Formats: sequence, C-alpha cells, structure tokens
Amino acid sequence: MGEEVLQISDLQVSYGGIEAVRGISLTVRAGEIVTLIGANGAGKSSTLRTVSGLVKPKGGKVVFEGEDITGKDSTYIVSKGLMMVPEGRRIFPNLTVLENLKIGAYLRKDELEKDIEMVYGYFPRLKERSWQEGGTLSGGEQQMLAVGRALMGRPKLLMMDEPSLGLAPIVVQGIFEIIRQIHEAGTTVLLIEQNANMALHVADRAYVIENGKISMEGTGRELLEDEKVRAAYLGSVE
Amino acid sequence: MKKNKNILPALFGVAALLIFIILLENISAIIPGLPQVFQPTSPLFTVLKKAAVYSLVAVSMNLLNGFTGLFSLGQAGFMLLGAYTYAILTVPASQKDQVYYLFGGCAFKFSIVDLFQSFLGSSGAGGAAAMVLGCLLSIILAGCMAGFFAYLIGFPVLRLKSDYLAIATLGFAEILRAIFQWQKLGPITNGANMIKGFPTFSSFNITDANGNVLVRLSTFVPFFITSLCIVLIVLLIRSSYGRAFQSIRDDEVASEAMGIGLFKHKMLSFVISSFFAGVGGALFAMYVANAQAKAFTSTMTYEILLIVVIGGIGSVSGSVLATFLYVACSEWWLRFLDSEMFIGSFKVPLLRNGFRMVVFSIVIMVIVLFFSRGIMGNREIDFGRLLGKKRNVETGKKKVG
Repeated sequence: MGEEVLQISDLQVSYGGIEAVRGISLTVRAGEIVTLIGANGAGKSSTLRTVSGLVKPKGGKVVFEGEDITGKDSTYIVSKGLMMVPEGRRIFPNLTVLENLKIGAYLRKDELEKDIEMVYGYFPRLKERSWQEGGTLSGGEQQMLAVGRALMGRPKLLMMDEPSLGLAPIVVQGIFEIIRQIHEAGTTVLLIEQNANMALHVADRAYVIENGKISMEGTGRELLEDEKVRAAYLGSVE
Repeated sequence: MKKNKNILPALFGVAALLIFIILLENISAIIPGLPQVFQPTSPLFTVLKKAAVYSLVAVSMNLLNGFTGLFSLGQAGFMLLGAYTYAILTVPASQKDQVYYLFGGCAFKFSIVDLFQSFLGSSGAGGAAAMVLGCLLSIILAGCMAGFFAYLIGFPVLRLKSDYLAIATLGFAEILRAIFQWQKLGPITNGANMIKGFPTFSSFNITDANGNVLVRLSTFVPFFITSLCIVLIVLLIRSSYGRAFQSIRDDEVASEAMGIGLFKHKMLSFVISSFFAGVGGALFAMYVANAQAKAFTSTMTYEILLIVVIGGIGSVSGSVLATFLYVACSEWWLRFLDSEMFIGSFKVPLLRNGFRMVVFSIVIMVIVLFFSRGIMGNREIDFGRLLGKKRNVETGKKKVG
C-alpha cells in the first residue's frame, strides 16, 4: 500500500448541539478504495462534508497529503485535489451536460477538452446527451454526470456520498464498475455507502460507523465475513 | 470555439439594428410627407428610447435574479445612484448656480464635460468630442458609483437568502431615496428638487451653427449604449464566471462542493448587475432630462421585475423583447383607451381616463396564464437560425426537452 493521503483524527461535528460525529479517526492510503458503511444518521455524510469544507468541524484534525486542511474553505480544498460527489447527485438541472462537466473543472483552465474526452470515455451515454439539460437525464445518467463532473477536477482523492442512492440494482452495478475502473486508472477513492454488500466487495478496506463513532474496521473481505456486520448491514444471518 | 459561432450572427444583428435606428430616426428628414408616426415627435421614438433604457435595467436584473438566483429588489436604488452621479458630474459649471439656487450653488464646482472642453475646445468638432467623451466617462462613473454601493451593502445582505434578500435590498433602495431628498444634502443632491441642465439624448444630435438638426442621434445613443452593455453581459454569462453563477442558482451546495466560492461569486454578480443598473439610471436621467429621487420608487423596480418575469427569468433576449412590448403597450398602443371616443354620435362605452391600466393588467394576466415561464422561458433567440443557417447536429445548442 502507498503512503497516507488522508488522515482524519478525532473528528467531531455537531449541528447546533446535536453531535453527529463524535471522534472519528481514519486513514486513506494512496491507491486504495476505502469505504465507510453505516446506517442512516450514523455520521457518514457529515464526515465527508467536513472533509470537503462544506461544514466546519467542532474538533479534531483533517490532514491531506501532509497538510492540515481542517476548517479550510471548499475552494482551497478542491484546489488541492479533493473532490466530492455529493449525496443525491445534485447535478445542475438547468445547465447542459457539457456545462455541468465544465463546472467540475472550474478551478483550472488547462486541457479541458482532454478531460472531457476522458469522462466521455467512461460514460459514452453522456457524450450522446452532451447538449441536453442535466435535469432531463434519468437518475442513473445523473449519477454518471455527478461522477464525471467530479472527475473533471482531476481529483487525487475522490469522495463519493452514496452513489447507489435511489438507483435500480442494474444501474448500481454499472456505477460500481465505473468506480473500479476509475480506481484502476490511479485515483484513490473514499466511498460512503448504505449498500454495504456492493461497497465491501469493491473496497480494499472498510470502516463501520455507528452513532458517530467507528465501531469496526478491517479489509472488505474481513467485514463481509463478520457475523455482526452481516446481521446489521447485509441482512442475512446464516 | 462553438460559442463564437453563435455570438457572431448576434453581433451582426445588433449592428444592423443600430444602423436601422439611425435611418428610422432620420427618414422623415430624407423623405418628406411621411405619416406622423415617422416624425421625430411621434410616440414611436419615445417608446424606443424608454424601452432601450429599461431593457438594460431589465437585463441587469435578470443577470442577478435569473442567472445567479439572487432575488434582489434594489434595482431602483442603484438606478438612482447612477442618475444622480451622472447628473451631478455633467451639469455645466456655468449652470450650477442656477440649478442649485436654493442651496447657494453646488458643492462640486466642476463638470466633467467642461474638463474635457478645457483641452479639446468648446466649439466645433472639439466641443462635440468633449461632450461625447465627458458623457461616456460620467456614465461609466455612474455605473461605478452604483457598483461601489452594491459592494458595500453586499457584505451584510448577500448572506441572506431569497425573500429576506429581496426585503433587505428593497429597504436599501427606499432608504437611499429618502436620503437623496434630505435637505441637508442640498448642495450635493439639490434636496428634493430635480437636477437638470445636463446633456440629454438630444444633445447628441448633430446640428449646424444655427442649431438646426442635421442628423438625429437621440434614439441611436441609448440603443448604442444599451446594446454595448447587453453584449458585455451576454459575454459574461457565457464565460466560466457565468456558468458558475448559473450553478449557484441551480444548487448552492453542489457548486460549493465544486470549489466555487459562493460569497465571492454572489458579490461579483451583485456588483456587476448594479453597475449596469447604474448605467441604466444615468440613461434614464438623460431620457427624462432630469434627476429626481422621487422618480425611483419601488414601483419602478416592480415594473422591471414584471418585465423580467414576462420575458422569461433566465433569458436575455426575452427581457429585451418584453421591455419593448411592455413599454409600447403602456406608453403608446393602449393610450387610446384613456380618451373618450365617439363613432358618429355613439359614445364607445368604458373608454375613459384610467381604463388603459385595466386592459393592461388583463393583458399581463393572460400572458402569465398562457406563458407561465415567460415569453421565452429560459431560452434565447437564436440569431444564427434567424439568418437561415442550419444547426449542426453535433455542435448545435438546441436543447432536447
């Protein structure tokens, strides 16, 4: 495994007195796919939103490539190569597919054409719909667009917040296949999922979050075979 | 690359329009005996001038409301700042004592036009050049003044959202109007009295030594300045900044996640929009030939908001189109409804003073009912298509809905 890209230590986040994250520590190394699984409200999304600068933490530290980025604004964090695919896709509905992709590369101006071709290589469907407004795409296509948009920022670490949310199983498989391809092309991925089965199969390492704390960690395979994880997140006790 | 292909026919369209306006204005001098509507005193030219001014303000409001998603109602306030800045800077020094007689003269003893005349000469071509340059500089400064105030009030108000932002900006405009009527500021703003005597649109007509008009340019001037400003706004909207504005309108959280600084871009849009509203205010002062705070009421903002909504929120060409229709209806086409009319000895019922506004309101309601997203929605008039060019399927910007 490569060197540590992202280190989160003792991160605490609260929304007006309600503690969403109560001291999470985790590490992502270069070239890994790391996944965080957990139930609704466990604090997965809050962790991600804090790392990407959308929410300011109450305590703790976030270090990206050796630099402390705790509480920095999102413009700075994105410029460092940390891109997020937000929960619920959140593409720009009144902008065309191409415009959506260009927004992903907002902080840089060089070689846009090349990166657009790269994204269209992953998602030929987006190329066909290049001039269509984002809001007219189907759910799966919107998720492709959201991932493509984040790739336009040339992330060193790509963070995805529930890419499978509200999508048909066959579409989810397609999305995970793309995640695998992106990873093989050299991007480190931090993946948040409720679909624990898919996530653990694709992940090198995984963390389980419960009530704002890490309750378990291990390789994807280890957790897949763990009785407690199977009972709580995979819905099968054999 | 692809953008330039679409903008070029539009630029040709604008140039053709400007030439057409000059011809239209002077046609009665070239060909005698034309109907009254082509005479310089016809309501046609009043409507064209007013609509040119209003369309700039409408487009500037659309930049903010339609493209950045900031619901601001401060447009009249920024127009007021522009109008006063222009007026104070351009009233000739020789006339200042007369205009400000209640306050014993103006606090600003100079006039920008006079300054230019002092080294370009005050008569002939030099004088004309000094007037044009002086007025243009004053109009730009008028915009800058409005932009500067927008920058100042942007810090507190741009942290507000939707309706709260609208109320705050509306309040700002109303406060500004009250301050400009304050007697203590008389030496600058002439109190509640109007400032007049500055160059207006008709000052740009080319005359001979006796003051006879040779070439009329009084409609061309507002068209020229407005077109220039709207072209700049369109270029801005199509730039990466414009895309960032639109992404903020569509989804603030997602655009922040893409690294777009929300506050910085909102401020940018607010200041630019106010700059053009200030320019529009200066043009409005030129159109009515006076600057008076009580003209810039919230009713004026609502009028412009109405135009933006009718034209289509998020469509520049829609705003322009709606302005011309709106101004033509309110100032000209429906005027006949206000006067009593007899056909033979039969008095047409309902026609009396004020009936115009009743019909006008109904027309607007019908438009809003049948075009719920405005005349143009968020689309634009495609000039390339108007010129008969076929779209390229690969690069065409037609949106499949």
